[in-house]
Amino acid sequence: MSLKIINKSDLMPFVANMMGEYEVIGPVANDIGFKFATLTDASQVRLNYNTTVIPPRKTLLPTQETLFSFQKDMLAPTFDMKWRVLLGVHTCDLHAMCMLDEAFARGQPDTHYMKRRATTTIVSMECLDTCDENSFCKSMNTLTATSGFDLHLIQLGDFYAVDVGTTAGEALLANHAKSHEATRAEIALLDKTMSQKWSKFPVRLHLDGKDLPALMGVSYKSPLWEEVGKRCFGCGSCNIVCPTCYCFDVRDEVSMDGKSGERYRIWDSCQLDEFARIGSGENFRKTHAHRLRHRFMRKGKYIAEAFPGHQGCVGCGRCARACLVDITPVGVWNSLRQDHA
Amino acid sequence: MSIPAIESIYLPTLAWISKVETMTATEKFYTVELPRGQSLGHKPGQFVQISLNGIGEAPISISSSPSRSNGKFEMCVRKVGDVTTALHNLGEGAQIGVRGPYGRGFPVEQFEGRDILVAAGGLSLAPVRSVINQIFDHRKKYDRFIILYGAKNPGELLFKEEREEWKKRSDVEFLETVDKGTPEWTGNVGVITTLFPKITVNPRNTVAITEGPPIMYRFVLMELLGKGIPEDQIWVSLERRMKCGVGKCGHCQLDHFYCCQHGPSFNYAEIKGVMEAL
Repeated sequence: MSLKIINKSDLMPFVANMMGEYEVIGPVANDIGFKFATLTDASQVRLNYNTTVIPPRKTLLPTQETLFSFQKDMLAPTFDMKWRVLLGVHTCDLHAMCMLDEAFARGQPDTHYMKRRATTTIVSMECLDTCDENSFCKSMNTLTATSGFDLHLIQLGDFYAVDVGTTAGEALLANHAKSHEATRAEIALLDKTMSQKWSKFPVRLHLDGKDLPALMGVSYKSPLWEEVGKRCFGCGSCNIVCPTCYCFDVRDEVSMDGKSGERYRIWDSCQLDEFARIGSGENFRKTHAHRLRHRFMRKGKYIAEAFPGHQGCVGCGRCARACLVDITPVGVWNSLRQDHA
Repeated sequence: MSIPAIESIYLPTLAWISKVETMTATEKFYTVELPRGQSLGHKPGQFVQISLNGIGEAPISISSSPSRSNGKFEMCVRKVGDVTTALHNLGEGAQIGVRGPYGRGFPVEQFEGRDILVAAGGLSLAPVRSVINQIFDHRKKYDRFIILYGAKNPGELLFKEEREEWKKRSDVEFLETVDKGTPEWTGNVGVITTLFPKITVNPRNTVAITEGPPIMYRFVLMELLGKGIPEDQIWVSLERRMKCGVGKCGHCQLDHFYCCQHGPSFNYAEIKGVMEAL
């Protein structure tokens, strides 16, 4: 829409102002790195974070979410009623959330997700350097974004360029930040920075992300699945840290007196043994190999084909960091690529 | 800023069990009454999520045909998990939650003018009955009608009265068998595929609908294909774990298909290359 500038010294006041009206969720430091958390003080935010263990999708699809509560015969739907700003989202995660928007809106829209999405304003953040040796956003074409955000921040020395993506973003900026129209010199610095950033990101995947569906299409019967399946513990960490995973289980919980309770959904993992098991005991994905293949098929093929314009993997590298036995998307896909070279 | 009021898609409609019949040692048959003025509006082959507060939800096939489901519907429930066990303890007048109908049913309108061959194994007669009765209630729209039914033993055969009626009707060829007989059993003994040599079909004009335990499909499909019925005229219904029913939760996926959305009724031509399907 338009390009605005916020001076670096005006950023903290911007965050503090938003906190007056919204729940502001942003990257903060913790014992093992960074996490997305509700800010209680503007100074907590760490916009120069490299990555978080859990992706910001938890704001739109919480780890556990009440769907409705019940008391005897009365059912009452439960909806989250907060207005939020999700601040400092990297573009890999932004691409992932755009995919989730499509997945939850498709067919019968998921009213709980849609409600959270409608009340969340996203302020994303451009990465100007690679976060670590596991990310491969360049191959997945997610190391920048030109849409999907309400506001997008690009740090340029002592100021931030702000790409205004929506009217909601425009209003957020107008109401809470001190900003000005970008000058020619500022635009020139932005363009130069953006041109120079690409060479700082290594190419780790030996094919372009757009070619993954085709590769996965010929890899269904690869012996690789048995090989990596032997190493896999089936712990499901890869699912939990994945920004594009959205499978969930639905469960009930009852109060101690048995008179009331709630039905909730909770993140689930296709790597767990019981994920595809039915009541009679039949399990449709019996082995680690079958479950890993399913996960990689979803990431590389099924999602991209079901939601054109979106990808099932955004190259954030979180699953590679989380895996206890070093099963990585770069490793798996490069190996399959080599088999079909 | 105001937040618009919205409904939860996961909120069940409260309904009542108006009739319970014990069918076998593990199966009960329920008639469910919907709130006044409401109808399920389902297609044969669709399913509902049955909900018990505090226990959970389970996907259950609808056993009644749309033609016989005004304001109510029927379902046959095998006692296998938490929800179905709790359901078995409920009597007439008990309240349950219902969501749905969900999934793709069998497109019976497209089958008009054709011969219909139904092959059902075990509990699967319950969901297939929604198609069978729909066809009986519009019998003139279809040509020949053949029903093949197999169960493990005579004690597991479902819908006794209806089967007796089918045996008497002249507008259906009904054959049944059990894997293992009993001293009293005088009918066919053998798996369902042993019924196929007993029937003749006009393959080009036949639509086949088959449903049964996972192991049955491979063998029945071989028989159907062996009779020359074209792949796109064979329909199956697949059972998977289902939590949401609306294509989100991921449990029912078979390769790229969501069973609750693209199925549970599938055309064989669509899924023959889908490795996780059959």
